[in-house]
Amino acid sequence: MTESAGPTDIIVARDVHKWFGQLHVLRGIDLSVAAGEVVVIFGASGSGKSTFIRTINRLEEHQRGQIIVDGIELTNDVRNIAAIRSEIGMVFQSFNLFPHLTVLQNISLAPMRVRKWSRSRAETVGMQLLERVGIPEQALKFPGQLSGGQQQRVAIARALAMQPKIMLFDEPTSALDPEMISEVLDVMKGLAGETGMTMLVVTHEMGFARAVANRMVFFDEGQIVEIGPPRQIFEDPQHQRTKRFLSQILH
Amino acid sequence: MTADVLAPPSTSVDPVTWLRRNLFSSVISSVVTLLVAALLVWVAITVGRWAVEEARWDVVTRNLRLFLIGQYPADQAWRLWGSLLLLSVLAGVSAGTFGHTIRVLAVSISAIQALLAAAMAVSPVGPLITIGMLANAALVWAGMVVGYRGSIPRRAIVAAWLISIVVIFLLISGAATPIPDVSSNVWGGLLLTILLAVVGIILSFPLGVLLALGRRSSLPAVRLVSTAYIELIRGVPLVTILFMADIMLPFFLPGEVRIDRVMRAMGGITLFSAAYVAENVRGGLQAIPTGQIEAADALGLRGWQTNLYIVLPQALRSVIPANVGLFISLLKDTTLVAIIGLAELLGIGQSILAQPDSLGAHLEVFAFVGVIFFVLCYAMSQASYRLERQLGVGTR
Repeated sequence: MTESAGPTDIIVARDVHKWFGQLHVLRGIDLSVAAGEVVVIFGASGSGKSTFIRTINRLEEHQRGQIIVDGIELTNDVRNIAAIRSEIGMVFQSFNLFPHLTVLQNISLAPMRVRKWSRSRAETVGMQLLERVGIPEQALKFPGQLSGGQQQRVAIARALAMQPKIMLFDEPTSALDPEMISEVLDVMKGLAGETGMTMLVVTHEMGFARAVANRMVFFDEGQIVEIGPPRQIFEDPQHQRTKRFLSQILH
Repeated sequence: MTADVLAPPSTSVDPVTWLRRNLFSSVISSVVTLLVAALLVWVAITVGRWAVEEARWDVVTRNLRLFLIGQYPADQAWRLWGSLLLLSVLAGVSAGTFGHTIRVLAVSISAIQALLAAAMAVSPVGPLITIGMLANAALVWAGMVVGYRGSIPRRAIVAAWLISIVVIFLLISGAATPIPDVSSNVWGGLLLTILLAVVGIILSFPLGVLLALGRRSSLPAVRLVSTAYIELIRGVPLVTILFMADIMLPFFLPGEVRIDRVMRAMGGITLFSAAYVAENVRGGLQAIPTGQIEAADALGLRGWQTNLYIVLPQALRSVIPANVGLFISLLKDTTLVAIIGLAELLGIGQSILAQPDSLGAHLEVFAFVGVIFFVLCYAMSQASYRLERQLGVGTR
């Protein structure tokens, strides 16, 4: 795994800074992600990890530094933002499904309106994705009629419907009841294994990280403290702060 | 082994138990129940006796034409019949096809027509009109049956409505057609009331939505103009706006441009109502969680697409009750155009009372006008409840 930017890198972040008012939340983030790589980002709440992955599809604007996604630099140019967003799928902690649309409509909306697919094509792909996340029988229900785990699986299908090159997961299991976490993680494992999707996952599910991640990134106080393969992070963390954090969450 | 499933305890009660539980649960409750019942009976008897024995309903039946269409020329009345016919058929077919909400409106339309037919049966205007009204009411139901068969595409019905609005306007006004013009000065009665209300509702709604979006726009100029407009209009009574539209507007327009009086009133009502619609809608927009907009952004939807497909459908749904309340007020506020000399339903009632042989018949005239307004408003509010239920407001 390369640590420096190389030609296969699909995401390159260089010295990214971000302030919320006076609060300096990202303090010079450097991270390159190769195509097909699964990167798990972890760290204490308020460490800037969610903010960082939200800058990658411009839900948050970075104020200094450079972010290049699939060869396109994120600037204020609206066309660049639209182009990048259609290549990046995102899954949120609180699902954010559209409550007034059925499950299938949630999934087919963006392909029809952004990619200009026909309804029949969008719905065919939508049904295939629902098969893949294991809930085709829920297609005509509304999100409010589904369990949390089912809603999050719909959210994953919705993001995949745009056929993105990159998937961002912002604490996808944090809002779920314990018995529903594995059904979502299983879908994510399948995604990483079968399709070779590039994935950035903010999570504290260390079992998932150990099984699927190529690299793990530890965030603390707006900076990357440590990057390494899961084996190294778990068995031989280089930094005192990483050790302390891991000992806190693994107990 | 099968698990025993306990049936839920029965919650239905027989009428006697219900009465005892709800109306006669204690001494005080029983006394109040009896007093209120006595009051209601007394009111019903008094009103009923007046309506049957004393009331001079001939004031209403004699002037029924005035109440309905004002001074609209009798020999041109076929144009109104034509419009009504179109409306009845369309309302029926739409109700049959779309169901729910529109069915309430269609049934209300046929109910009003039947009511008017009954009034006309005892009026000297003639049996032909009674039959015409009944025929219209029947057409609504016939249209519903056709609609239920489901053979007419929904798009065609929407298109038919749009075309009919233009056709009805041309029929009533006669503008740009070979048939003679009927100046809007002679439009009156229920006809004018409904025209003012329908035009006001149809035009103020989209305008209000645009203003609400404008007020939340990221462009400072758009935000400033929308906010200024909303605050200015909300700071002024409708009467003032109607006066402005009627008296001041002609001063500002070049001499050769003349907008007729009814159009000015429609404009005034629309502009006034739009500001209130905008504030209602803004309330709905504020209730949309930012996660919804972030999810739409992340999917690559453009700003206008996010508004059109994600934000507005949710926001508008949640403000249906407030907006229908507003439109009911608008319907009743059309009575204010009497101030600028237009004879809508209430105004025509006033002028009928000024006739020598109608002297002293205030109660009859106002009761008749009141009942018509009540039926219209009640239909709107019932339709709104249906619409809320159909869209699942509060449940999803």
